[in-house]
Amino acid sequence: MAKKIFQRPKYLKKAVFHYCPGCGHSILHRLVAEVLEELDIGERTIGIPPAGCAVLAYNYFDVDMGEAPHGRGAAVATGVKRTLPDRIVFSYQGDGDIAAIGTAETIHAANRGENITVIFVNNGCYGMTGGQMAPTTLIGQNSTTTPGGRDVKRDAAPIDLSEMLAIARGSVYIERTAISSPKNIRRTKRALTKAFKTQMAGLGFSLIEVLSPCPVNWKMSPVDAAKWIDDTMTQTFPLKVIKDEVGKLD
Amino acid sequence: MAKKEGLIVIDRELCKGCYLCIAACPNKLIIISDELNQMGYYPAEYTEADSRTGDRVCNGCATCALVCPDLAIEVYRE
Repeated sequence: MAKKIFQRPKYLKKAVFHYCPGCGHSILHRLVAEVLEELDIGERTIGIPPAGCAVLAYNYFDVDMGEAPHGRGAAVATGVKRTLPDRIVFSYQGDGDIAAIGTAETIHAANRGENITVIFVNNGCYGMTGGQMAPTTLIGQNSTTTPGGRDVKRDAAPIDLSEMLAIARGSVYIERTAISSPKNIRRTKRALTKAFKTQMAGLGFSLIEVLSPCPVNWKMSPVDAAKWIDDTMTQTFPLKVIKDEVGKLD
Repeated sequence: MAKKEGLIVIDRELCKGCYLCIAACPNKLIIISDELNQMGYYPAEYTEADSRTGDRVCNGCATCALVCPDLAIEVYRE
């Protein structure tokens, strides 16, 4: 008798994602839902979606969800966590959200050591509004507001938000992963598991930065976009554990 | 001769035609369908293994489902 070994996770609703073909958000939603199911914390989890492509994440996650104004995910998550300390609170934010308008909130949440998990989806552009330059756009990368490529003198260099947050004293676990290949997807899931376990143990601020493909705005096929992450994007944003004061968790 | 151990089912109405599964399948068992689905994409389609030679068979590794953004693939294993 054939056994079903892969199916829709429990905490993902049966709805068709509105994301473009090959979008990394869809894969990351699934990974988060799988981790919540495996750790058996879905019934007491509250998610905070951002402004951006993932603004409708509450249509897909079958857990309690809030909604934050642009960039304020970490601030809203702080309030929720302080009011309901027994809940697991995560914010899910894009790069325009967390690294441009929400920089202050994020850095201060990390510095205070709030016991929340932040999922930072880095696709190097403002996806929802049509591919404008984000703080994380690579040098030389085309976007609708930097035709001909991002120039360091005119547009500044990409921001390394995860490294900045690693300096903050309250952060305990920061890792950068990608969803560009089966190997990296599995690695991302391990990182998410550890981040949620960090919060369950009450150790402090954890953040997972995920390099995610945006094939439509990069004007590539999904397969090429995944390859571009591995070949080009990881030169600027290397995949590594940036800060780990947690050690091994059961 | 490899043993047939797995089976995948692709929901063609959920597939948006990114074809990441085609790139991921180690045994090249997924192809692009000739017919459009209701969203207007050419979905991915599972091809049955060659029963005579048995060298192109699904081993149920679930790599296709792992990379599928739209949860269109379910995997079964013996």
